[in-house]
Amino acid sequence: MAQKPAQKALGPIRRSFAPWLDPSAVPLIRFEKVVKKFGDFTAVDDVSLDIHQREFFSLLGPSGCGKTTLMRMLAGFEQPTSGRILLAGQDLAGTPPYRRPVNMMFQSYALFPHMTVEQNVGFGLKQDGLPKPEIADRVKEMLKLVKLEPFATRKPHQLSGGQRQRVALARSLAKRPKVLLLDEPLGALDKKLREETQFELMDLQMELGLTFLIVTHDQEEAMTVSDRIGVMNHGKLVQVATPGDIYEQPNCRYVADFIGNINLFEGTVAGSGGGEVRISGEDPAGDFVAASDAGLEAGAKVTLAVRPEKMRISIEAPPADARNVLKGEVWDIAYMGDWTVVLVKIDGSEKVVRVSRANMTRTEAQPIAWDDRVHVWFAPDAGVVLTS
Amino acid sequence: MTDAALPARDGASVWRRRALIAVPYLWLLVLFLAPFFIVLKISLSDTVIAQPPYEPVLDLANGWQGVKDWWAGLDLENYGLLFEDEIYWRSYLSSLKIAAISTFLALLIAYPMAYGMARAPKSLRPTLLMAVILPFWTSLLIRVYAWIGILNPEGLLNQLLLGVGLISEPLYIMNTETAVYIGIVYSYLPFMVLPLYSSLEKLDDTLLEAAADLGSPPWKSFWQITFPLSLPGVIAGCFLVFIPAVGEFVIPDLLGGSETLMIGKTLYNEFFLNRDWPVSSALAVLLLLVLVVPIALYNNIQARELEAAK
Repeated sequence: MAQKPAQKALGPIRRSFAPWLDPSAVPLIRFEKVVKKFGDFTAVDDVSLDIHQREFFSLLGPSGCGKTTLMRMLAGFEQPTSGRILLAGQDLAGTPPYRRPVNMMFQSYALFPHMTVEQNVGFGLKQDGLPKPEIADRVKEMLKLVKLEPFATRKPHQLSGGQRQRVALARSLAKRPKVLLLDEPLGALDKKLREETQFELMDLQMELGLTFLIVTHDQEEAMTVSDRIGVMNHGKLVQVATPGDIYEQPNCRYVADFIGNINLFEGTVAGSGGGEVRISGEDPAGDFVAASDAGLEAGAKVTLAVRPEKMRISIEAPPADARNVLKGEVWDIAYMGDWTVVLVKIDGSEKVVRVSRANMTRTEAQPIAWDDRVHVWFAPDAGVVLTS
Repeated sequence: MTDAALPARDGASVWRRRALIAVPYLWLLVLFLAPFFIVLKISLSDTVIAQPPYEPVLDLANGWQGVKDWWAGLDLENYGLLFEDEIYWRSYLSSLKIAAISTFLALLIAYPMAYGMARAPKSLRPTLLMAVILPFWTSLLIRVYAWIGILNPEGLLNQLLLGVGLISEPLYIMNTETAVYIGIVYSYLPFMVLPLYSSLEKLDDTLLEAAADLGSPPWKSFWQITFPLSLPGVIAGCFLVFIPAVGEFVIPDLLGGSETLMIGKTLYNEFFLNRDWPVSSALAVLLLLVLVVPIALYNNIQARELEAAK
């Protein structure tokens, strides 16, 4: 599952900010072949990664994939077994956590229970030996930023979960760190508050011009906030790309399956040419055509991955030039409000294909019902051919 | 609360609850309050050479007149004596001083112990805890006697130090105030270690990581985070050592010399050697009054702790 070298930004969202595409750009953080072992267990396995100034970078993966360990090594709480971590060109090895110019917002918030909100936020500044009036000013500024001014003299246990999260954020921002590390920062908040806070985090990052590194297992959160996402699995960095590319150009089955919903068709390469590859599918049996210029050899095992929203569905026969047509029966329908998801059981197969339709109008009758015979098809460029 | 819990408000179960609460109160009444009032009454009586060695004795055979005579015979004379004779108030002061210094020494020794225990691997902690509690399996008296064997001029400590060549003459620790400090600190150490351990064990490691992350080196984190958060344990431990140490009798009697004044010893002397029950009762009541302040403080703090934990 090697990373593709210098991937082109093919994603649907155009970004003016993309220092990772500039070969002359000097990264702010550089992980060089970092390995971390706990006894026999390899938590982080040969990770190399560059993160640039002002980037909002997410480490995404299931629990136990090594993302938190990678972050804790940057904060200085764990030492790499081998490899180097550089911050602004300086090797961090041997620098204790309290001398590193990075600050972390902990998953549990780790607020000091015996201190007031003010004292919590000012803690880092006090350690730097700043004069008291300056600390007071900075604390005030931070509390204004997170809208907690009226709560300055409260203790953490007198605050709600959302307010505590803001205190933790203010505390980690107070020292204006070069890098802010966020460990599952929004995990404890309910959905609505979480979404609100995600946008606030993005605004804050832009306003302050800081570099954010966030660890999360929530793919929606990663997609929402990040400039780039690094997907991790079993200690390895599987793919690093923009949210758009992660979604549209996954480089392996794992990433395709982990992010969003996707239909996977197993098969072997039957032939290729003209920017297209012909795949003979296993289940359902049949031929697929997919756009690919990867130069795949005939007989190679591949997976064709197609997102549900890139599939078309109708009861009538598809247009004559439609390709990759499958027939089947409606198995299940889920009305989600913005989308309707239809599960179709493909004829002569165990495969259930997921198709989603945007509900464009309010009054449209749902044209497809349970047990309807339907056609499902997708364009050659709708699917991604995965070799691993 | 679910609906199922609501019927608890009906009459029968209210009475059941009252009956349940009545048991410990009855216990306190019979085993604490009643003896206390007996001691209080004796402290207001006069010494006589008789059986019992005080008067008046309530004589109900004389009816109402007997009660009146009894009441008329009570006075505060003994308390006056406690303030006149300097041996009594010097005993109190000396007891408070010895208890305070012992408490402080116990804190100094117990804190690193409790800290080490709380930081030890989880699998090892029950063993360490057991080691702290183990001395309770032997009687206090025997353990204090053992210290005589250690601190004697011919005891283990002196033999060791002489043998090694650190000293050329035996140290006279036995029958001094130093021996009393050693005995009290040794005997009450578990009462200091256990509450400290329980508050240090609860300490969340990520708080220390957060402090380090914000620029606090480990030694500063200790004073800024660990120590303030262990204060409930420090306070509980100090009271648990200080309160019984003030009234300690066995240790000063066995290890201390004649110049070591402690109220427990004075009380014993008054009671058994002088057979002056009224004066020693007055001493005991006054001791209780002296200790009521720290005990009330302790209870108050504990109650607030419980409230905060909710």
